[in-house]
Amino acid sequence: MDLRNPSFRLGRRGLLTGTALGLAAPAMLRAQGTAPIRIGEINSYTAQPAFLGPYRNGWLLAQERVNAEGGIHGRPLETLFRDDAGRPEDAVRIAGELVASERVALLGGGYLSHVGLALGDFALQNKVLYVASEPLTDALVWSKGNHYTFRLRPSTYMQAAMLVEEAAKLPAKRWATIAPNYEYGQSAVRWFKELLAKARPDVEFVGEQFPALGRIDAGATVQALERLRPEGIFNVTFSTDLLNFVRQGNTRGLFENRVVASMLTGEPEYLEPLGEECPDGWIVTGYPRDALNNPVHIALRDAYRARFGELPRCGSIVGYDTALAIATMLRKVGSTDTEAMVAGFKGLRYQTGYGTGEVEFRALDHQATLGAFVGRTRLQGRTGVMVDWRYADGANYLPPDEQVRRWRPQPG
Amino acid sequence: MTPVLQAQGLVKAWGGNRAVDGVSFELAPGEMLALIGPNGAGKSTCFNMLNGQLRPDAGTVRLGGRDITGWAPRAIWRQGVGRTFQVTATFGSLTVLDNVRMALLSHARRLLGLWQPAAGLMTREAEELLERVGMADQADRPCGILAYGDLKRLELAMALANRPRLLLMDEPTAGMAPAGRLALMSQTAAIARAAGIAVLFTEHDMDVVFNHADRVLVLDRGRLVAGGAPAAVRANPLVRQIYLGGMAD
Amino acid sequence: MSRCGAGVRSRADPALDTLVIQALNGLASASSLFLVASGLTVIFGVSRIVNFAHGSFYMLGAYLAWTLVSHGPLAGLGGFWGFWGGILLAALAIGLIGALAEMTILRRIYRAPELFQLLATFALVLVVQDLVLLFWGPDDKFGPRAPLLRGAVEILGLRFPRYELFLIAIGPVMLGLLWLLFHRTRFGILLRAATQDREMVAALGVDQRLLFTGVFFLGSALAGLGGALQLPREAVTIHMDMAIIVQVFVVVVVGGLGSLPGAFLAALLISELHAFGILAFPRITLVLVFLVMAVVLVLRPHGLLGREPEGAPPASEAGQPLPGPAPRWLRGLGWAALALLLALPPFLGEYPLILLADFAALVLFAASLHFIMGPGGMASFGHAAYFGAGAYAAALLARHLAAPMEAGLIAAPFFAGLVGLAFGWFCVRLSGVYSAMLTLAFAQIAWSLAFQWIEVTGGDNGILGVWPSEWARGRLAFWYLSLALCGLGVWLLRRAIHAPFGMALRAQRDSPLRAEAIGIDAFRIRWLAFALAAAAAGVAGSLFAYGKGSVFPSSLDIPRSVDALLMVLLGGVQTLSGPVLGAIAYAGLQEQLARLTDLWRLVLGLVILALVLFFPSGLAGALQRRRGA
Repeated sequence: MDLRNPSFRLGRRGLLTGTALGLAAPAMLRAQGTAPIRIGEINSYTAQPAFLGPYRNGWLLAQERVNAEGGIHGRPLETLFRDDAGRPEDAVRIAGELVASERVALLGGGYLSHVGLALGDFALQNKVLYVASEPLTDALVWSKGNHYTFRLRPSTYMQAAMLVEEAAKLPAKRWATIAPNYEYGQSAVRWFKELLAKARPDVEFVGEQFPALGRIDAGATVQALERLRPEGIFNVTFSTDLLNFVRQGNTRGLFENRVVASMLTGEPEYLEPLGEECPDGWIVTGYPRDALNNPVHIALRDAYRARFGELPRCGSIVGYDTALAIATMLRKVGSTDTEAMVAGFKGLRYQTGYGTGEVEFRALDHQATLGAFVGRTRLQGRTGVMVDWRYADGANYLPPDEQVRRWRPQPG
Repeated sequence: MTPVLQAQGLVKAWGGNRAVDGVSFELAPGEMLALIGPNGAGKSTCFNMLNGQLRPDAGTVRLGGRDITGWAPRAIWRQGVGRTFQVTATFGSLTVLDNVRMALLSHARRLLGLWQPAAGLMTREAEELLERVGMADQADRPCGILAYGDLKRLELAMALANRPRLLLMDEPTAGMAPAGRLALMSQTAAIARAAGIAVLFTEHDMDVVFNHADRVLVLDRGRLVAGGAPAAVRANPLVRQIYLGGMAD
Repeated sequence: MSRCGAGVRSRADPALDTLVIQALNGLASASSLFLVASGLTVIFGVSRIVNFAHGSFYMLGAYLAWTLVSHGPLAGLGGFWGFWGGILLAALAIGLIGALAEMTILRRIYRAPELFQLLATFALVLVVQDLVLLFWGPDDKFGPRAPLLRGAVEILGLRFPRYELFLIAIGPVMLGLLWLLFHRTRFGILLRAATQDREMVAALGVDQRLLFTGVFFLGSALAGLGGALQLPREAVTIHMDMAIIVQVFVVVVVGGLGSLPGAFLAALLISELHAFGILAFPRITLVLVFLVMAVVLVLRPHGLLGREPEGAPPASEAGQPLPGPAPRWLRGLGWAALALLLALPPFLGEYPLILLADFAALVLFAASLHFIMGPGGMASFGHAAYFGAGAYAAALLARHLAAPMEAGLIAAPFFAGLVGLAFGWFCVRLSGVYSAMLTLAFAQIAWSLAFQWIEVTGGDNGILGVWPSEWARGRLAFWYLSLALCGLGVWLLRRAIHAPFGMALRAQRDSPLRAEAIGIDAFRIRWLAFALAAAAAGVAGSLFAYGKGSVFPSSLDIPRSVDALLMVLLGGVQTLSGPVLGAIAYAGLQEQLARLTDLWRLVLGLVILALVLFFPSGLAGALQRRRGA
């Protein structure tokens, strides 16, 4: 039984709305001549501009490249970028607009986890493909995963696992954690604790801090951590909270003679604003942009700088990769039929802009195996950089397939 | 016959200063009693203890023999006490008719109605009340634009809505031109007499007092210093000294 | 144990050193908070304007100081003068900007209904947000450390930043300076007099306009100084405005509106509780300030040091009379609109239907707030609590009991109404801004419950899969459902307004004194009205939830409450057509602009400013005036 039988859908929806024709009728791309393939992209542009400006640039760069090469079998890609202002309900409304009025073939984007989840659920309900680029929440592909949703970036679990691998090698036994007080922070802490305890049964977690996102009371928080006298600190704060935390921590000597493992801090987005405050020797996940000198990445970096007059950031690569993955899928499938595209994404392999090789969208849970770089921070001149880094392939930091199957709702 | 109102040893002090100091009096049904005294004598404080706005430090207030000391104003109102204010207080965004209607609806305990439009309720009764105070022709005007004397009469109509046995009128003619004062008070007296309503009022205007009061109480520095028929009070040398002397300033 | 040396023992004892340092941390935060709050309380005291833009001035102060200190000509000076000169210059510049805003915008709308100025200041917030983004870009900025105050000193063996010590001192110093200003200068004494009695000062023949401009200069400069002084301590970011504004409002209200010592005390209380609170309950960060505010306002309805307004409550400027039956042409227009809403949708695309359903829910939401704001005279800064309660009622039923939409729609008004009864019982006892802020406190407590009680509510990841029943799943069917329910809701509210209950509500608003004197129990009327409005908002919230298919804590957060407030004010509080028009105008504008431009906040802000200046009695008011003319 196939509820997605085109004539059935056409009949029902056509009756109700008189639109959606473009969506409902699967058609071979070539049959459509040179009309652009439209992608709807929804993100929190006004709420998170620091990350999402470079992200959109990266996306545009990939799209321009694809179109310069003749597009998808002769049809150019066209992306409609929309701002959700950080509100999931707005994102869902805009998704409705893009799908119904703008007739986009698929949806992409999402930065905040709850926006990603809302869009994922929208995709499920409306049988639209959604390629989540940024949202880190594990739920997106596991507990709330669905048939229509794929995710590019390494998730909270994966990033935590990468840091645990390094942290487990350290002598530190007494760990304290600090994370923003919302789902991302809470699950990062939970995974870090769980995985580290498994790897090192002798470690002990002596306390935690959960400042409100964007409103850290840095002095008091640093002192509260100091009081715990940990040997290691696991940090999940980012952006403004990170800057304030680091400045107070530096002044008060919180980081002296302590190891710190820190999520995302190696990304230029967060490292660059730190400037001279950049702490030395933190173990971080991130993106060593200036030292990543493989041919693919050098070319991308140069092209990006030539096009936008600035260097790419981690968000740029995420945007670039998302657009590239979508284009790769479209080329492979040769259709904008949702089911065909979903099938095309399962097991899709594309070349990441990092230049570290192929990335696969796993058929198992729709999570891409894109990795991150793990290294240490060091102040060079007036800004911090990542040193002693290596590429941690995402495929190696995912839980066993059996476990994933248990978490993810299985069809049927 | 049970007095309508009995005040017994009322005391109210503000930070050690006794504004009202042991005031006792009674009010007979249908009687018009004026409470007079120079500024700061404690008239308003006394008044506000009778109508429930202030709780006395000591003493009792009885209404028809029932102890109502410390009751909320709205509970006292339900016992059949109507009020007017020194500075008129009406509902500025409602029409004259609706103001009266509110009082009637409240009396009938129909304020929680959510369904029937108020415009259709108790209109006849409200018009009758307006008729009694001579305001029928202004029923549909918003009361925010009424002349002051008309506001006073509207207040009177509202005060009559619960068929009171007692009217408390704080400076009923304050802010009015002298001619209007006597007219308003005559009207009030006529209505009260016709319905057998007792009236307690404070007043500055001695013409109003001596023309309309059946009896006069004189308050000075928180104490009752004289009382009796208007003529007797007017003749009382003590009153002339402390009160009328003060007026001469 | 015996092998522990003396040094180890003292290290292992967390009591004294930690407590002292934590107390100092609290003091430093309190000073920062007080600086900004003092400006707000001074402005409110004199002008009675709820100035949302105060946080924007704080942010501008920080950005401007950053530029002056690290890039301007002053930066060339370097060192002491380069830094401190930049800080002071930034504060002065912000003072001038504040004065300018007062002269060009706010001065024109002092006569507008209460809280209307809030619209204008909110528009400023939007404008400033985009301007800052345009001028300074999205990246966080780190300022240099302060000359002479770098590094740390040792206190009880723990390091404490010198700059924080400086901040600790600056709070009381500023309080002292302000005290001198208010007690020893003519300007200050006039300001104080104006705080207590505006009319009296006008009667004294003082140029009120100068006084108001002066107070905006002073208040804004204090905000700017507060922002600039954060430079060595915190990163400068585009989110600073929103992060601080709610906090300083809490401080000002907890302290007692217009009271400087009160604000100081409140800043101290909140900061110290926070500093110590996180030692014991690290997760309390989200809700602590609101808990404090709720407790303080319940116990002291005018804040810690606030005074009850003297004398009788101000005779509220005569509210406009309830309009009579609309003229025939207008009623005709209404019926025509309804006919259109019924007949046209089958020919519309999916997206217009989605939008229409959204608008329907927002219209009911705004109308429910109007019910207590207009006829009731009670402002609410936390009306989203009931919208969210309705949404969560639907979502929780769907998630935990797999209940169908019909059950959710029935449960929503009851649940939201119950929440309204519970919160309202406290809120309606208070008046004015205090009451509004208490509603905000409760809304934030509800929000943090939705946010943190992950097992039940799913936390910030929300509850997914809240979809309508099969028959209503089509966009067209859902639109008719929305139209029916929201139309019914608005119509019932309208009936209530014209029924004895609504008249009693207006009566207690017009004259509490008279209402009490004719047996109206104002508390009960206000309380029931609050619950009724909450129930209506709950219906709107549940419909909104089914329209989106998911519910998140954002359905009861501050921006959603502010949206409702803006819709009502934009439309006008006088008649029920106000919130209807306001909701459509506000949501429609936002939707259209966001599609047209990245700078939609700037444009939206400018449009709101224009509307505020041209239609100071709201859109519906403008319509009415035209009708009357």
